[in-house]
Amino acid sequence: MTSLPTLLIHGGRVVDPSQDLDGRYDVLLEDGAVAKIDGRIARPKGAQAIDAGGLVVTPGLIDMHVHLREPGQEYKETVRTGAMAASAGGFTAVACMANTVPANDSRSITEHILLEARRAGFARVHPIGAVTKGLEGQELTEMGEMVRAGAVAVSDDGKPVMNAELMRRALLYARHFDIPVIQHAEDLNLSAKGVMHEGEWSTRLGLAGIPGSAEDVMVARDLLLTEDTGGKYHVAHLSTARSLDLVRWGRSRGLNVTCEVTPHHLLLTDEEVARTKFSTCCKMKPPLRSERDREALVQGLADGSIDCIASDHAPHHPDEKDVEFNAAPFGILGLETTLSLCLDRLVRPGILTLSRLVELLSTGPARILNLPAGTLKPGSPADLSLFHLEDEVTILAAQFRSKSRNTPFDGWTLHGRPVTTIVGGREVALG
Amino acid sequence: MTAASATRWTRKDLLGIAELFPEEIALILDTAESFSEIAERPIKKVPTLRGKTVLNLFFEASTRTRSSFEIAEKRLSADNINFSTSGSSLEKGETLVDTALNLQAMAPDLVVIRHGAPGVPQMLAERIEAGVINAGDGAHEHPTQALLDAFTIRRHKKRIAGLRVAIIGDIEHSRVVRSNIHLLTKMGASVVVGGPRTLMPVEMEKMGVDVAYSLHEAVRDADVVMMLRVQLERQGRMAFPSVREYFQLFGLTTERLKGAKDDVIVMHPGPMNRGVEIASEVADGPISVILEQVAHGVSVRMAILYLLSGVHDEVA
Repeated sequence: MTSLPTLLIHGGRVVDPSQDLDGRYDVLLEDGAVAKIDGRIARPKGAQAIDAGGLVVTPGLIDMHVHLREPGQEYKETVRTGAMAASAGGFTAVACMANTVPANDSRSITEHILLEARRAGFARVHPIGAVTKGLEGQELTEMGEMVRAGAVAVSDDGKPVMNAELMRRALLYARHFDIPVIQHAEDLNLSAKGVMHEGEWSTRLGLAGIPGSAEDVMVARDLLLTEDTGGKYHVAHLSTARSLDLVRWGRSRGLNVTCEVTPHHLLLTDEEVARTKFSTCCKMKPPLRSERDREALVQGLADGSIDCIASDHAPHHPDEKDVEFNAAPFGILGLETTLSLCLDRLVRPGILTLSRLVELLSTGPARILNLPAGTLKPGSPADLSLFHLEDEVTILAAQFRSKSRNTPFDGWTLHGRPVTTIVGGREVALG
Repeated sequence: MTAASATRWTRKDLLGIAELFPEEIALILDTAESFSEIAERPIKKVPTLRGKTVLNLFFEASTRTRSSFEIAEKRLSADNINFSTSGSSLEKGETLVDTALNLQAMAPDLVVIRHGAPGVPQMLAERIEAGVINAGDGAHEHPTQALLDAFTIRRHKKRIAGLRVAIIGDIEHSRVVRSNIHLLTKMGASVVVGGPRTLMPVEMEKMGVDVAYSLHEAVRDADVVMMLRVQLERQGRMAFPSVREYFQLFGLTTERLKGAKDDVIVMHPGPMNRGVEIASEVADGPISVILEQVAHGVSVRMAILYLLSGVHDEVA
């Protein structure tokens, strides 16, 4: 392997909430790590340089909730196309969920994903192992082996861990490895055959509803179990005002609880299903919620109750989505839209500071998953994201690096776009 | 011709009542009036849609609605083809989009569709050139039923505006109630929906109706009482404990109609479960207009087929 070049990124606006930095700095990268940040760094002899004038430079963005569909559903996405989509979207790392076919419930699948990720390049891929074998909710997986192989958390995402006793044991057992148990909080008896949020719009459209309580009762139950076990609990794609209140309650009791929200739950509501006349790109779990829920989530971002933004990137082939609303699979893409959406809809109107957004997209997920990332402190891995704040960009699903096209944001014109990423000290070149 | 019906029909499809303007509703009802006398002729056929092809596409069992459309089409001299199947297209291995493309290749003029999933007529309409008539999509809309109900109400009450209409029963699973709410509120009636709490969708009042949880409360001062079929096949979800108790709480009897207006009429979209949501003494009694609804269904569907076929433009 050729040695890594020294790289100087100069003239950019460096935003690193881990060091309370927001200003013009030069960043020097050596041997795959951050060597130095200073107001002005002379270019070392032989060093390459990136002129970051007019750009924002941040610790590498991390999407801690994506579905890469490999192994098993490579027609939707592969580790390679998912990693490319991540890079194109400004992310240097992703954590991928275990609901592949077969599920990532063993060391060999974890290793396979990591091997494909190394072959692909573009972004770091951190596998998340299953909580239960085959995601069947019956028996715990060999978490220790998966963690040794590189898994960073466990989750049955796509499905909840319905059995409370099994969840209790998962929270206890995961403590041995200091990893979070990530819950897809959905009581399956309450969600039943629902296809959208239960509210005014499900009533109007005659579609079966998924009540907010399907999420809330699960979060409430899990928080009690977290208290009893001392476990580390993370709520995936939190979507209701009441679940957020429950997380605040858990925190007030000193529990080790974190949560993520998705851009679509922050920006869209259940009315979108009616507005788009049953577009299946508005069908995901949890469903787009009410305006009241949406406002509460935005408030939670601003006040610090929410730890991170994650996309729940869920590729589905166009043929699978181009069907009746009831028959379509749940899920939408996110990797190539998240950054622009957050910059335009959250930072630009002043809801979040840029520094807070970087916390939500980088420092936060790094802390939750215990990754050596999310910071530009000297000695940290040289993973950086560079993006433009003002440039206009139009989301064009047809041009995504992802294999799939299922986004409700197709055609949206936004301000702010990813420019390039640096992973391990090398600038990522998208072919 | 009234001022309200001076409007012209410009839509390709009839997908729901939600998107219609009151003038368009009035146009359909007025047009239906002119078709209604055909049923009284010895030869019940006019050449209006000669050479037009209508596909009746029923993905869900239906006797009444399908026959009504077929008769309407035949009386207008259209060529009609019936295609029925239970279950979704996916179960047959063909996607709905492929079904739509295949239909389009046969160049029909109109497609009448019933499907169990809300939004399917919309999906079809976006993909084919033929006009699409929604004959019921899940619990979403059943526009032709609401129009024939309105036609029937207008026949008896000479108006819709200002009336109090009670719609009672399984509100959650009913497309009839949703289309009727849109139509009646657009035309100036006041609507109350009633039924067990377990069959009442959330935030129902946002559709502009009153909500009652007892039969007594729902029928009070009603000009029209519309009973909905209890969808017995859907009662696996613990909505109510027994048919017996349902009738005790929400079954319509002569006695329970006492709070309604003296000249109240009783309607039902069918098929009825006698002794469940409605007692035979009411269904067969003098205030029942249930069979008239069925008769008017043909006239209203003739009007819709005529307006959507565009022949009124061709002769103009």
